Amino acid sequence: MFEILKKEELAPEVFLMEISAPQIAQKAVAGQFFVLRVDEKGERIPLTIADFDKKKGTITMVFQVVGLTTKKLSRLAKGKRIRDLVGPMGKPTHIKKYGRVVIVGGGVGAAAAYPVARELKKAGNYVITIQGAKSAQYLILEDWLLSVSDELHITTDDGSKGRKGFVTDALKDLLEKEAADLVFAVGPAIMMKFVSLTTKPFAVKTIVSLNPIMVDATGMCGSCRVEVGGKTYFACVDGPDFDGHEVNWELLLSRQRFYYEEEKKALEVKDA
Amino acid sequence: MPKVPIKEQNPKKRIKNFNEVCLGYTEEEAVKEAERCLQCKKKPCVDGCPVEIDIPAFIELVKEGKFLEAARKVKEKNLLPAICGRVCPQETQCEGECTLGKKDEPVAIGKLERFVADYERENNLVEVPKVEKDKKIKVAVVGSGPAGLTVAGDLARQGYRVTIFEALHESGGVLMYGIPEFRLPKKVVRAEIELLEKMGVKILTNCVVGKTYSLDDIFAQGYKAIFLGIGAGLPIFMRIEGENLNGVYSANEFLTRVNLMRAYLFPEFDTPIKKGKKVAVIGGGNVALDAARSALRLGAEKVYLVYRRTEKEMPARVEEYEHAKEEGIDFRFLTLPTRILGENGWVKGMECIKMKLGEPDETGRRRPIPIEGSEFELEVDKVVVAIGTRANPLLLSATRGLRLNERGYIKVNKKARTSKKGVFAGGDIVTGAATVISAMGMGRLAAHSIDEYLS
Repeated sequence: MFEILKKEELAPEVFLMEISAPQIAQKAVAGQFFVLRVDEKGERIPLTIADFDKKKGTITMVFQVVGLTTKKLSRLAKGKRIRDLVGPMGKPTHIKKYGRVVIVGGGVGAAAAYPVARELKKAGNYVITIQGAKSAQYLILEDWLLSVSDELHITTDDGSKGRKGFVTDALKDLLEKEAADLVFAVGPAIMMKFVSLTTKPFAVKTIVSLNPIMVDATGMCGSCRVEVGGKTYFACVDGPDFDGHEVNWELLLSRQRFYYEEEKKALEVKDA
Repeated sequence: MPKVPIKEQNPKKRIKNFNEVCLGYTEEEAVKEAERCLQCKKKPCVDGCPVEIDIPAFIELVKEGKFLEAARKVKEKNLLPAICGRVCPQETQCEGECTLGKKDEPVAIGKLERFVADYERENNLVEVPKVEKDKKIKVAVVGSGPAGLTVAGDLARQGYRVTIFEALHESGGVLMYGIPEFRLPKKVVRAEIELLEKMGVKILTNCVVGKTYSLDDIFAQGYKAIFLGIGAGLPIFMRIEGENLNGVYSANEFLTRVNLMRAYLFPEFDTPIKKGKKVAVIGGGNVALDAARSALRLGAEKVYLVYRRTEKEMPARVEEYEHAKEEGIDFRFLTLPTRILGENGWVKGMECIKMKLGEPDETGRRRPIPIEGSEFELEVDKVVVAIGTRANPLLLSATRGLRLNERGYIKVNKKARTSKKGVFAGGDIVTGAATVISAMGMGRLAAHSIDEYLS
């Protein structure tokens, strides 16, 4: 179980892995995530399901090396096994025909945006995807997104490909030109925050896929508490999708930094 | 004849480690304690035991030095004796009924149960209990906590083919993620679970029923009955200001990080935890005490336990309360937190109000009432909320035809049957948060009903 069947470095320190996980693949729906534990001493981290193949019994994940767990994961070669994998967790993204939808995927969020874009396209929506990255070399899975989008807009911070600037610049222009019925954003919390701020004046429904710290991801611990519309929710069982206009972003950003010191220490000690 | 005292780690030493507090009886001490038993004909202690262990019989065997036989006697009724001997609230069960206890201290039944189980295990004398002829009938157990393990053991004994579906990466449920090492060493739990596996019970970890499999999927795989022992699950917060600040944990998260994920061994283990210099734990049950004592062992200088009633109403096990006092936990009774104070997103204090006791409420305990104007502030950098749990809706909302009660727990009849055909339930998901042994008692009942249903 959980053998790595394929490993690819999509960008510096950004990896794609296809894992054998038949039962998770069987049940997976766009917008859901899974939890993995690399080894016996590992921590549990949630990752979005970027793709799944029910026939082959595989799921695909894309991750960027940011801490000890992703570092350990990146060192596993094809053919190795991941100790624990559990899912699919969370509620699926609500798919229906909205009309004109804009999908925003930032950084590795592009991978998480893919299955949602695909399903929205299948449901008959006109899908416009905005993909953003630091620079051209960090743009991943462009062809995937292109295959499920009616339009694909690219932005890079340094202008090395597509439009120079942030996804929010492209988003604002799009919304000014023509109204959208839904915006779906997935990526770094700070990006999702600014996407939500950008869409607010246009009064367009904005769904974001939140990524707080989790442990069990079954609703048992409450580590993933988020505030939406003044109420506390557990992102693992109530989400991960929430109304971006109602999210308390400062809280999310603050809670994501909870273990900043410990994460640094773990990397120093274990990666020496 | 007074009770034979039991050796414990010195409080000053033990607050610096996670090793077990209670060191257990020696053979001589066990025999001496067993000699105190009056061997009452009426056996009131057995009536006090939810799984009806023949207590006088096993104690008589201890007295005769037949420790192994004593262990086997206990195991006729209870396959998890090393666990129960450590975590049962004996004072309200067997020992509470002990005739000796009327005038003197009751026999230390729990300590003797633990002794015989440890004796058998530590001397490698554990024998796999006899299993009846294979019935070739598959039964699924969802959740590997005390209720699930009991059902699995009982049915495996009767020849059923039992598979346990466990959501986490390790089996044991609350015994692994909740109860700390210093009270219940994990090797003890693992050994008792391994025994079930040797009896033929299969355990599938990483299976969240409701997500990875539905109940209908499980029936479709040929299982003829399903037992749900999924625990109460969802932590309750107080809904006061500041509860989402960094530094506020639910007891479930705090204990899961420490116990299941071994955060106390960070960075050897990867899961971190904030240690905290001054910690407030809110609540008065065993979970609150476990959290408070864990915080101390992680290196906190000061640990408050804030409880809105008095020590008399505290639901925690007496032994744990005594241990916590010895260890220097600062108990603040008749105190209710009103808000958690923060700075830059982090906890820096907790505002509380003093309480007094009024008229008895529906539980018979006197209701605490706030004393106006008595607010004060505790300077803390970490808060652990241990005020209970409620039903986890994950499986329940994904399952049609499962009736719930008004509190959101699964509704069962006297035979542990749910409203869904072939589905039984027990433990915290039926009663709300309770004890290990009450979950085991319900597991025993459910196993009996499942056997009846399938026969």
